[in-house]
Amino acid sequence: MAKDLARYARRRRKNWTILGLSLCATGVGLFFLGAILYSLLVEGLSAIRPSLFTEMTPAPGSDGGLLNAIYGSVVMTIVGTVVGTPIGILVGTYIAEYSRGNKLGQAIQFINDVLLSAPSIIVGLFVYQLLVVPMGHFSGWAGGTTLAILVVPVVTRTTVDMLVLVPNALREAAAALGTPKWKITVSVCYRAARQGMLTGIMLAVARISGETAPLLFTVLSNQFWSTDMNHSIANLPVVISNFALSPYPDWQRLAWGGALLITITILILNITARSLASFGSSKQ
Amino acid sequence: MVDIPSSNSGLRLRGPQHLYDGLFRGATLFFGLFILFILGGVAISLVIGSSEAYRNFGLKFLVIDTWNPATNKFGALVPIYGTLITSLIAMVVGIPLSFGVAVFITELCPPMLKRPLSIAIELLAGIPSIIYGIWGLFVFAPFLQEHLQPFLIHTIGKVPLIGALFAGPPFGIGILTAGLILAIMVLPFISSIMRDVFETVPPMLRESAYGLGCTTWEVVWRVVLPYTKVGVVGGIMLGLGRAMGETMAVTFVIGNAHRITSSLMAPGTTISSALANEFTEASGSIYQSSLIALGLILFVITFIVLAAAKYMLIRMQRQAGN
Repeated sequence: MAKDLARYARRRRKNWTILGLSLCATGVGLFFLGAILYSLLVEGLSAIRPSLFTEMTPAPGSDGGLLNAIYGSVVMTIVGTVVGTPIGILVGTYIAEYSRGNKLGQAIQFINDVLLSAPSIIVGLFVYQLLVVPMGHFSGWAGGTTLAILVVPVVTRTTVDMLVLVPNALREAAAALGTPKWKITVSVCYRAARQGMLTGIMLAVARISGETAPLLFTVLSNQFWSTDMNHSIANLPVVISNFALSPYPDWQRLAWGGALLITITILILNITARSLASFGSSKQ
Repeated sequence: MVDIPSSNSGLRLRGPQHLYDGLFRGATLFFGLFILFILGGVAISLVIGSSEAYRNFGLKFLVIDTWNPATNKFGALVPIYGTLITSLIAMVVGIPLSFGVAVFITELCPPMLKRPLSIAIELLAGIPSIIYGIWGLFVFAPFLQEHLQPFLIHTIGKVPLIGALFAGPPFGIGILTAGLILAIMVLPFISSIMRDVFETVPPMLRESAYGLGCTTWEVVWRVVLPYTKVGVVGGIMLGLGRAMGETMAVTFVIGNAHRITSSLMAPGTTISSALANEFTEASGSIYQSSLIALGLILFVITFIVLAAAKYMLIRMQRQAGN
């Protein structure tokens, strides 16, 4: 009896120790999130001034802002999203609505999921070979193309996930009214899945707005104001990377400011997207 | 689809709709194939780009440990070693952490906190690589240099055999720092998949085990984990694939030194950081071709790992479906 009790006590001790460790693991995860955000706020807030949004990237030692980099990033993100989103939605539609589990559909979904996690630097190398080498110089278009390629798998994935959730009865009801298939997809299925698809697009934008590595090979950066998409244009991630690695305190401060700007944008996009998704699911 | 609009009024309505239907279906199929084309295009462009390196160095490229732009002698051994060892550290540290987080969220967490906690952990995945890089370089590396690394050097560093791994001066930046940052970066990916697969365990199984008097830990270890092991391994491999391809964070903190040292605290390099650092400055076609060859190696390794991960997760999904 005493032996049994001792054994029971040991099992309980082990249980609590390990569950305590799992609590610690969660604490570690949250700690790092907090630590990163804290450093960003402490170092970055001092750089957030009106001039950050109105002046160009400076020469070392002089004052300036990140206007050209912000502009370049916004333009390329828009290009990437505008090009990548329709493609992603169409691919998702093929997988969910047309292939309905055939081999080709499965293959496309499989490859899409691999692309979703594939290193972005490889995509950068691909676009470098595809566009930069033939054109002979880095360009904003090449950057936009890279970002579009990164957007497609994210949008495809969420589109498939959302379209699969649309009840078949809706499609059948529409078909019974004589609606052609394309119209069922666009007017019924897309509408039912709208919220989830929007979430996917926002997550895709969040993902590409911080991408750095592939842009190093495709747009590089530019010290000056430029709106010419045929040449290198400044963009936040690459400017942040260059400035952070520079020995000049002014540049490093701007890098922290830019980093804070990007992170806030991405966190807002992420949180909005996720609460949108949960709002949608709680309504159903 | 050969139904062309005709004078028949009934068909006139049907006709264009058939055409639209065909066009829409065609468009979705076209872009579906486009996905396959992108993957094929990536592979082909990397093979073409790296052909010069392979012609010059042959398969020995994989085992040569020199990387000398001045003499045009290139070998991939050092970056491959760096990629593997940093990912290994990331897995050794990251897997238990992710497992802990997943267990906490599925088994212990009050239902009210579940969602906010999951979102908070997933926000870690949303923070871009470059932010981890800056933070790692300016905050985390100095912290390691002052606290963790001297401690490791004076304790484990004195132990024979494994001591060599923790020997040498504390640089702050280096392979260990890169591995630890990668561990934080893969945590949200692995833990969210583990959480998802843990939740597919039928409540009946859990409850039966509790009914027999199992503790929470015993339920997790002997019921939940065996039931979900395929999915858990899939999640881990997905994290591994991410860790191997991660670029900016590693580039900032690894020190970019083309050499293999026994100590984990020494600076090193990985495939992705070598690419990010040197590609735009690479002069000479052999130099650039060698870098693209590195990219090809990374592509092949990550493709295999990610495809295996995906395969396991699909198997898990089927099992959960039944």
